[in-house]
Amino acid sequence: MEIRKIDAAEITSAVKKLFMEMNYYIGSDVLDALKKAQGEETSETAKSVLSQLIENHKIASGEEVPICQDTGMAVLFVEYGDRIVIENGSFNEAIQEGVRSAYIDGYLRKSVVDDPVFDRVNTKDNTPAIIYTEIVRGDKIKILGGCKGFGSENMSAIKMLPPSAGIEGVKQFILDTVKYAGPNPCPPIVVGAGIGGTFEKAAMLAKKATLRPINTHHSDERYAALEDELLQEINKMGFGPAGLGGVTTAIGVNIETHPTHIAGMPVAVNICCHAARHKEVTI
Amino acid sequence: MKKITLPLTDDVIKGLHAGETVLITGTMLTGRDAAHKRLYELIEKNEPLPVAIEGEVIYYVGPAPAKPGHPVGPAGPTSSYRMDKYTPALLDRGLKGMIGKGARSQAVIDSMMKNGVVYFGAVGGAAALISKSIKKIETLAYEDLGTEAIYRFTVEDFPAIVVIDAYGQSALAGNS
Repeated sequence: MEIRKIDAAEITSAVKKLFMEMNYYIGSDVLDALKKAQGEETSETAKSVLSQLIENHKIASGEEVPICQDTGMAVLFVEYGDRIVIENGSFNEAIQEGVRSAYIDGYLRKSVVDDPVFDRVNTKDNTPAIIYTEIVRGDKIKILGGCKGFGSENMSAIKMLPPSAGIEGVKQFILDTVKYAGPNPCPPIVVGAGIGGTFEKAAMLAKKATLRPINTHHSDERYAALEDELLQEINKMGFGPAGLGGVTTAIGVNIETHPTHIAGMPVAVNICCHAARHKEVTI
Repeated sequence: MKKITLPLTDDVIKGLHAGETVLITGTMLTGRDAAHKRLYELIEKNEPLPVAIEGEVIYYVGPAPAKPGHPVGPAGPTSSYRMDKYTPALLDRGLKGMIGKGARSQAVIDSMMKNGVVYFGAVGGAAALISKSIKKIETLAYEDLGTEAIYRFTVEDFPAIVVIDAYGQSALAGNS
């Protein structure tokens, strides 16, 4: 088995570029959805909000400034090939350094505090990033990154449903969570739902679901149909762009699933604002 | 579109109605979670505030850093409900307007009606666009809080919508 050596600096520079670019350039999945929504809205207010968002993306990409001042907490899902050895540093520190330099050199906001309850002192470089690493076969490192704003993160929820709750229980919890969030998470939102696994696995899947392009579906057609149905139901709620009324409360519902225990059916709902920033890189 | 200038007078506030879009010109304070907590604790202890809030408008924002050549970085609104706990005390002290996004508590709405205060919304996530209307930024207090410090923004034609007016009427959809 051949070992591949990767210099820590290469990982740092890839992560830096990833976070700077995702903050300046929105994905075409989101931009297309906003443009489509603009055609579907009838109220002047809803149209005006959407045109401000589309114009905002033009300015952000044109001037390379962040789309939103909340440049989020950095979250990375890493698939780490088992034939890789890091030289001149550690994998974790290489990633943290990439995030640190992106937020400092890229004029991104530093929004992380060191202690959640007592001190709440800003770390001034947006670290630590949240890193989930999975060891896979191979000699590549694949990084899926997201910068998660907390206006929408705060509107997320998890529930340990009993299996008897069934599909109706799953739907109800997701819809209740979106309804409770109402105008706060910067609609039109992206809803990420993680179903199955354990308590924390469901939450991680929900986060990962928000990082999947919204023009894609779950591979199981039953869940794909559920994604479409929930999107329609959410858009009947009427919150609309900025919560000021309209038919576009969400632009996407993404579901991720995992095997679970005979006694349980965990459902986690992670809400993301319309600035659904995500980007992938393979080293 | 209605143009208004700061500071707000009682007559201007009385003429603003939920759902109206406005362009705001003048100077405003900024402040969010941490600054609100500090102001609130001073008010509770009956101590002087580091900035005068009488007659002012406060914008709930934590701006991104400015790139060289830009007066300010992207600066869109943050969710207002997190300030609800502290807001009535500030309104009783004479704050006349707020700019944020999303819903407010009934206690805030009641205090707005009692004190003749207006709550504006800016479009959340339109931060780069909004920053074009911000011409100048000065730090007034709590510099140690970084982005959460209290700044004074000088704005020209800052785009906003009256979300809750001084009569308690709301432009938010649904039961929010």
